[in-house]
Amino acid sequence: MTPDEILDTVAGICLVAGALLCVAAGIALVRFPDVLSRMHAAAKPQVLGLLLVLLGCALRLRTGVDITTLVLVGLFQLATAPVAAHMVGRTAYPHDDIRRDLLITDELAGHIDRIRADRAGEPEETSPVRTA
Amino acid sequence: MTSQPKAPLTSRDRRRNRAVAVTGLVTVWVLLWGTFSWANVISGLVVAAVLLVVFPLPPVTFAGRIRPVPLLRFLVRFLRDLVVASVQVAWLAVRPGEPHSAIIAVRLRVNTDLNLTLTAEALSLVPGSLIVEADRRTGTLYVHVIGIRGLDEVERFRHGVRELEARIVAAVGSAEERDRIRHDEAEPSGSAELEGAPT
Repeated sequence: MTPDEILDTVAGICLVAGALLCVAAGIALVRFPDVLSRMHAAAKPQVLGLLLVLLGCALRLRTGVDITTLVLVGLFQLATAPVAAHMVGRTAYPHDDIRRDLLITDELAGHIDRIRADRAGEPEETSPVRTA
Repeated sequence: MTSQPKAPLTSRDRRRNRAVAVTGLVTVWVLLWGTFSWANVISGLVVAAVLLVVFPLPPVTFAGRIRPVPLLRFLVRFLRDLVVASVQVAWLAVRPGEPHSAIIAVRLRVNTDLNLTLTAEALSLVPGSLIVEADRRTGTLYVHVIGIRGLDEVERFRHGVRELEARIVAAVGSAEERDRIRHDEAEPSGSAELEGAPT
C-alpha cells in the first residue's frame, strides 16, 4: 500500500465513524425523554462526530488552505457547543416538561431562586456585550 | 461581582491581556486565509486592533501561567473522555428503555471566572454531563448527568468533576490556586456541603 492509500483508508474510517456518531446523536434527539437529556445528544456524539468528519476531510484533502479552515471549524465547535447546550438547559429548567420521575436527585431545586435573584441583582454581569 | 473582591488589574496585566487577545485574533485571521504571508499578518493586526477598540473584552484575571506537561495531560485525558462520553451517549440512544439522570451540585474549590468557565466547558463535553446552572457567588456548578443509576454513582461523579478541576488548575492555575487544591486533597472538607457562606 502506498502512503496515499493508507491516508485515504484512515480518512474513510474517520468519515464513516463520524457519520455513525452523528446518526446516533440524531436517534438520541428523537428518543431521549426530556430537553435536558436531549442536549447531551447535541453536545457530545455530535461534536466528536463532526471532529472525525473534519479529520477525515483533512486527511483526504491534504492542502494547507483547507486544513486551516477545518481546524477553525473544529475549534469553534468545541468552544460553542457546550455554551449552546448550557443556554438551552438553563432556559429549560425549571419546567414541567422535565421528567422528574427519571431524576435520581435534584440538588438545584433548593437553590434556583437564590441564584436567579443574585443574577437579577447584577444585570450588567449577564449582558453579553459590555461597553467600556 | 460584588461579593468577591477582585484585585484591580495593573497596567502590565492589561497590556498582557491585550497582547494575548491580539495574538489569538491574528491567528484566527491567518487560519481563515489559510496561508501565512506578511499581508495576512498585517491586515490581521489591523482587524484585531479595530475589534479591540470597538468591542473591548471584559477583563479576565489570569493569575496563573501555562504549564505544558499538565496541560498535555489534561488534553489527552479530555480527548479520552470525549470519546468515552460520545460512545456512552450513543449507546444510551440505541439501548431500549429511558435513561435515568440526576442534577448534581458541585462546589469548585477555585472560584474564579476563568476556572468556572473552563471547567464548565470541559465538563459539558465529557462523560454524560451538562451544565444547567452556574452560581458565581459560591463557585458552584449544577450539572445534569445522564445515564446514572444510583446515589453512589452520584458521589463518584462529583469526585470526578473535582478531579477535572484539579487537572485544569494544574495546567493553567496560579501557585496559590494549586496550593488550595493540594491542601483540600490532603484533608477533604466534605464535598457535599453547599449551604456555607461563599469563601
